Amino acid sequence: MSVDSLPREKLMERSRPDQEKEILIKVSGLKMYFPVTEGAFITRTVAHVKAIDGISFDIKRGETLGLVGESGCGKTTTGRCILQLEKPTAGEIIYDNLDLGKLSKEEWRPLRQRIQVIFQDPYSSLNPRMKIGDIISEPMYVHNVEEDGPARVKRVRELLSLCGLSPKFADRYPHEMSGGQRQRVGIARALAVRPEFIICDEAVSALDVSIQAQVINLLEDLRDEFNLTYLFISHDLSVIRHLCHRVAVMYLGKIVELADCDELYDNPLHPYTRALLSAVPIPDPTIEKQRAHQIVKGEIPSPINPPSGCVFHPRCTRAVDRCSQGIPEFREVKPDHWVACTEV
Amino acid sequence: MVTTSEVRVESQIEELQEKRPIMVVIKGLLRKEPVGAAGALIVLAMIIMAVFAPVLTGYDPELNSFEHMLTPPGSQFWLGTDQFGRDLFTRIVYGARTALFVGFTTAFIGATVGLVLGVMSAYFGGRFDLIFQRVMDVFMAFPLIIMALAVVAIFGTGVQNVIIAITIPFIPRCARVVRSNALSIREIPYIDAARALGYSHTRIILRHMVPNVMAPYLIMVTAFVGQAILLEASLSYLGLGVQEPIPAWGLMLQGGAEEYAESAPWVAIWPGVAISLAVFGFNLFGDSVRDVLDPKLRSQ
Repeated sequence: MSVDSLPREKLMERSRPDQEKEILIKVSGLKMYFPVTEGAFITRTVAHVKAIDGISFDIKRGETLGLVGESGCGKTTTGRCILQLEKPTAGEIIYDNLDLGKLSKEEWRPLRQRIQVIFQDPYSSLNPRMKIGDIISEPMYVHNVEEDGPARVKRVRELLSLCGLSPKFADRYPHEMSGGQRQRVGIARALAVRPEFIICDEAVSALDVSIQAQVINLLEDLRDEFNLTYLFISHDLSVIRHLCHRVAVMYLGKIVELADCDELYDNPLHPYTRALLSAVPIPDPTIEKQRAHQIVKGEIPSPINPPSGCVFHPRCTRAVDRCSQGIPEFREVKPDHWVACTEV
Repeated sequence: MVTTSEVRVESQIEELQEKRPIMVVIKGLLRKEPVGAAGALIVLAMIIMAVFAPVLTGYDPELNSFEHMLTPPGSQFWLGTDQFGRDLFTRIVYGARTALFVGFTTAFIGATVGLVLGVMSAYFGGRFDLIFQRVMDVFMAFPLIIMALAVVAIFGTGVQNVIIAITIPFIPRCARVVRSNALSIREIPYIDAARALGYSHTRIILRHMVPNVMAPYLIMVTAFVGQAILLEASLSYLGLGVQEPIPAWGLMLQGGAEEYAESAPWVAIWPGVAISLAVFGFNLFGDSVRDVLDPKLRSQ
């Protein structure tokens, strides 16, 4: 079952969190510059790769925010910064009134239980020397989620069946499983500590389409069952549309557009978003032939030396002179629809 | 979406897979690695010699018997006797104990300490890695034997000090190889997953990184045993290792080589053969272990 073939009604009736709900995580002015260094002993920074260059967004409790963009635009780095796997250069990440960047390792420990991650590659995200049961029960042991061994074994079995796997898999090694099965193990491991916020870093990109649909449905069911909040990082627009409540479009380390899912897909404002959406094929040859494609020209510029002004202007079809001068303000053009473009 | 049919098929496949009996596995290995099997045989023979030494021979390895001085090989003394009338076969059999004890202890301790240090160096990275590797470079700059000589010169002779002397130069050698492996493992997402799950550094290093560098570690251990036996013999030959009257091959060589090379060559030949065979056996065995453990060389 492909995501595109889902009936439109199903997409519309998806549960939407109340507007009044509390903000769970708030990212503001986040910057991640990786230094490019020279020299062996006395290192000298010659340049910076601006992987993320000042992005801000928030996610409400129970909401799924999609983060979409082409390779190298900083989607994954954003996720890694939230998890503090990378130390951000600037900006703050407030999670439930805690500034994640300022916490000590000890203060982080309870948060590790609340924030979890599902990785892109199901082949390398599981330790090949550990049995599935150990992979899933280890986080419970470290965080004292279950009181003793038998309780952990029981919960491993529950989690496996919850994720659509036979409890027998607990005695297997990762190499004995298929990609889709491993990804389910990755999901079970993330759920083992009963998290409230899960970062799905391209969680379905490495799977083939039929398995993708299964895993997406699983993620959706789990969200409803445990009231999870997702940051769903993907380059697949159809997947994002199916799963997310709001979508942020990233380009070269910046968020260029942020809006409700349906609003963004039906009424894209930023030229980059429009180009991205027009690149999604429509499974109908007659429409596909007739519609006007808006192809982005050229290559994505180097994040070491990004273009002046609006980073998209060298490739933009609607660029005017002033686009290369001032950095466009990220403004709310409609209620809950934010765009970083002066021309809309 | 829940794949019940998938699960059923899985269990059927599982039932079809029968367990391969151990003899079949050994036969398969013998066919694939005949050289390694020969090496393993030598190693096995040495271990048997060391374990069953009192059963294999009726003589005392340390008791002098002047009426049998320098007897040529014959029916009473299979390999002859040395200048103190001690049976050479007995001393070689008991010498295997010394050789294996020193060999395994040093190889195991040296490689294990190197393993943990190498993985730590790769995991923490940055300045720690840089400084640590330069310290290792200093140790690596000395040839094995010079390093061992220096340690013995400081601590004195005896089995215990020989073990220390041989272990120390092994540590940086293993740490270097393990570090390069661990560096690539550090970048694999399951380590990120472990960090994201809030595991301690110790847990990540010992449970998630160390088991994944076991292949180079095992290769190093088997290679080190052979080297250690040779080093122990060298040190003993130079008079800096095991001391008389403990039977050790290097020591036997020292006692016999110069004075009796012409009049009683067997005094020097047999311990020499024992050392060569032992090192040869461990090296062959180690090479095969590497071939079996390295998936890139494993062609099937």
